[in-house]
Amino acid sequence: MTDSGALAAYTVRLELADEPGELLRALEPIADHGGNLLSIYHERGDVTPRGRVPVEVDLECPPDRFDDLVAALRDAGIDLVRAGHQRYDESVTVLLSGDLVETDLSGTIDALQDRAGLSVVDFELSAPEGPEGVSSARLRLAVERGGVEAALSAVRQVADRKDLQVVEPLGARAGTPRADGGTDVGDRAESSRGGDRPGGDRR
Amino acid sequence: MRLAVVGAGDVGRAVAEMAGDRGHEVVALADSETAVVDGAGVDVDAALARKGESGRVGDADPDAALSADYDALVEATPTTLGDAQPGFRHARTALSRDRHVVLANKGPVAERYGDLRESAGDSAGRVRMEAAVGGAVPVLSTIEDLGAGQVTAVRGVLNGTANFVLSRMAAAGLDFEHVLSEAQDLGVAEADPSFDVEGTDAALKCVILANVLRDGTPGERPGGWLSLSDAEVDGIRDLPPSALALAREDGRTVRLVGEVTRESVRVGPRLVPEHGTLAVTGTRNIVEIETRDAGRLAISGRGAGGPETASAVLADVWRLG
Repeated sequence: MTDSGALAAYTVRLELADEPGELLRALEPIADHGGNLLSIYHERGDVTPRGRVPVEVDLECPPDRFDDLVAALRDAGIDLVRAGHQRYDESVTVLLSGDLVETDLSGTIDALQDRAGLSVVDFELSAPEGPEGVSSARLRLAVERGGVEAALSAVRQVADRKDLQVVEPLGARAGTPRADGGTDVGDRAESSRGGDRPGGDRR
Repeated sequence: MRLAVVGAGDVGRAVAEMAGDRGHEVVALADSETAVVDGAGVDVDAALARKGESGRVGDADPDAALSADYDALVEATPTTLGDAQPGFRHARTALSRDRHVVLANKGPVAERYGDLRESAGDSAGRVRMEAAVGGAVPVLSTIEDLGAGQVTAVRGVLNGTANFVLSRMAAAGLDFEHVLSEAQDLGVAEADPSFDVEGTDAALKCVILANVLRDGTPGERPGGWLSLSDAEVDGIRDLPPSALALAREDGRTVRLVGEVTRESVRVGPRLVPEHGTLAVTGTRNIVEIETRDAGRLAISGRGAGGPETASAVLADVWRLG
């Protein structure tokens, strides 16, 4: 675990040429500047009108290094569409169980992804009974500071609509400030885990 | 102290059996049908032997225990919801006679805290209820010692049955129904486990905690006292093993956790760190108390069982002495 608050989460949207090696070229400056990759969303079928491939990278790095990281990406000639516009300060993990696949799983994720101040940065599905049975998913959401409750309420709404069971993290609502100045809700310190899984695919 | 023990289930029986060793005298013992009253001291062994043989502790009307000459009434009848009867009536009767009441029964303090407090206000007797929350774990007396006003929040695992089921599901990758039937075979779960696995029992304990926190706060209490209907309750019945497996891959597990503040009570399955304080295994209970100045305290122990719960009852009796 890192010291709470040492890292902040960011989303960087890039547009890459559809050529071999482009993704790697974009990721190197991130790693070189102390960035931990949380997830990379790279859908080759989804091409911009200019014929470029949009890639969304969720990463964590010390806040004082983010500007250098962005500058390094630009120096490397990477087409940076958006950087730091969404700055996620906290992350929160939830479980969903039920007929996840039957109730349109990607729609469930999109419904969350569309919320302002919220990004699904990691996603894992377990469907031991097959697509028609009861399955579970673990989602890690990056949220803006103080936005954990709003994010969980979004999860509850989607889950209610689809009759899914939610397992929330502890202390989401009744969370009180801890004596050490941290909060019970966001596990920002969880960042080291995300860093273990570079490129964790979210679909 | 002279005790009247009302309720002859696991807890009532254990209280009656253990009272003598702790310097108390049982002057009345009642089950749901009958009572035995003896101002010189009830022969507890004989009464319980009779209960084993005939299902009755004595010949007297159960209400005879309420009017016996005791210092403290131990209310250990089964918890009921709503009007919390007959437990509430037993407690009020004792208070109206200026006697103390020690509750192991959650109903009167979870469902009718205000009514009970009013009865106690008019009485020279006092009400204690350590055994109603967390069995042997001294949750309420710790809060009392800290000062309820100093406590900002309480949370914990307060139902041993649900915790047994969740920890076994996680450890063995088994589904809910399978583990529940194991728990029933072991006597850890009742034939009708709804109260435990649907979160009701934990919620009642949390409502009591919320009321105790409110009671310890000077000033107004908008909305009065909480009852079960104010709690947000979610159980563990629908939790598949795959959810526990996903939690585990991420260094977490799931526990049925109650979260209490002055304003709200929530009970439901929650993600907790796999090796964290709240991830107790088996039937164990744990409570974390968040304080203004003293940080976070944690107390863990056996949350159910006759002698365990009776020890909390008798600790209350000692405090009244």
